[in-house]
Amino acid sequence: MGLLAYGDTGWGDELFFATLMTIAVAAAAIFIGFFLAAIFASFKLSKIRILNLIGSFYTTVFRGVPELLVIYLFFFGGSGAVMYVAKIFGYDGYIEINAFITGAISIGIISGAYSTEVFRGAIQSINKGQFEASEVLGFQKKIYYYKIIIPQMLRLALPNISNVWQITLKDTSLISVTGLVEIMRMSYIAAGSTRDPLFFYSFAAVLYLFLTFFSMKLFNKLEQHYNKGY
Amino acid sequence: MDLDFISEHFPRLLKATKLTIELTCLSLFFGIFVGVFFAILRTSKNKILFFISYYYSYIFRGTPLLVQIFIIYFGLGQVEWIRESFLWIFLKEPYSCAILAFTLNTGAYSSEIFRSAFETINKGILEAAEGLGLNKTHTFFKIKLPIVIKQSLPAYGNEMILMLKGTSLASTVTLLDLTGVAKHIISTTFRPVEVFIVAGSIYLLMTFIIHNFIKFLEKRLYYPK
Repeated sequence: MGLLAYGDTGWGDELFFATLMTIAVAAAAIFIGFFLAAIFASFKLSKIRILNLIGSFYTTVFRGVPELLVIYLFFFGGSGAVMYVAKIFGYDGYIEINAFITGAISIGIISGAYSTEVFRGAIQSINKGQFEASEVLGFQKKIYYYKIIIPQMLRLALPNISNVWQITLKDTSLISVTGLVEIMRMSYIAAGSTRDPLFFYSFAAVLYLFLTFFSMKLFNKLEQHYNKGY
Repeated sequence: MDLDFISEHFPRLLKATKLTIELTCLSLFFGIFVGVFFAILRTSKNKILFFISYYYSYIFRGTPLLVQIFIIYFGLGQVEWIRESFLWIFLKEPYSCAILAFTLNTGAYSSEIFRSAFETINKGILEAAEGLGLNKTHTFFKIKLPIVIKQSLPAYGNEMILMLKGTSLASTVTLLDLTGVAKHIISTTFRPVEVFIVAGSIYLLMTFIIHNFIKFLEKRLYYPK
């Protein structure tokens, strides 16, 4: 247990901060995902064919291609793309994108593809009468979406959002290949310097189990809360 | 888009696809047995067997596949009795370690799929089988299994696609599968977009084939109720 001591002698504090980093990346990623999902779900539900196609293209590609490949695309391609844009604006230097941003964006895009399907399904399962009633009452589309449809949709989507969160949390382990110091990377460093990979990777597994367990409890609480009236 | 660049590297990527397919097929094949085995344990009335299968699937579904591969590939070599046993012949190779990790991972997910399929079997059917005097093995192979296969097909199709994507992690333990080769080409040529498009299309083609194969099977196995 000395290996997990807090401070200079052990890896306890390092692993603690690495766990916080995992949570931070996962949280950033899922919010980026929600933002993208809101856009692409509305594309998929739109009556315009070309928007439908764009929406389907997004979900098919990012759910069908391995996460690791997407991370490599953004890891190796990200700074190139930013420098290309910067060049148009007249900046010629080298720009390096922070590993956190690369990770959050790449996992966010993948998570967004799953969330898109969740949002779409939830909106589709709302009773048609709700839409018709809102229109008859003379609400503007923007207002009835925010005040009537989305609050109902979130309740229906909650169990699936919980699933997407679990997937996103586990996908963050793949960002370790870019060098971002989250649980997996820290365990790799610790395993390398102490020559005790079995202990540190098993401990990483325990940390992930701990995270998934508590997020499941939290989502169950939320579901109970939002299902009170039903 | 540089077509010359793509045609130069395409054969290498295609060759690596073979390893990806191999890893996917082998782990799915072994995973089915693991999945059915633990699904049966899950329905058992023995508490210990139930807990073993419950925690097996809980642990493997609650941790990332990457951790599982690393524990098996880097971690197990540390245990002395494993290094001295015959298991070491397999566990020192990244190839068999990857297959072991994938098998255990897909086994955990498919055990959940099969378990819920076992639970949907109508009690009346089993009572009828008993009434007709079928013994346990007959009931299992002739009645339970066909129903389970049909019930779990759509969910299992998703699991196949997840496993195909999961094999990309083999590249983290030095295997040169499609993702591994793609990464190698990207890091030597710095052309991530082209390589992503080619490797991504190969993956999409494979998911498309799996998707349609499952759809075809579903149609074949359909019978009116």
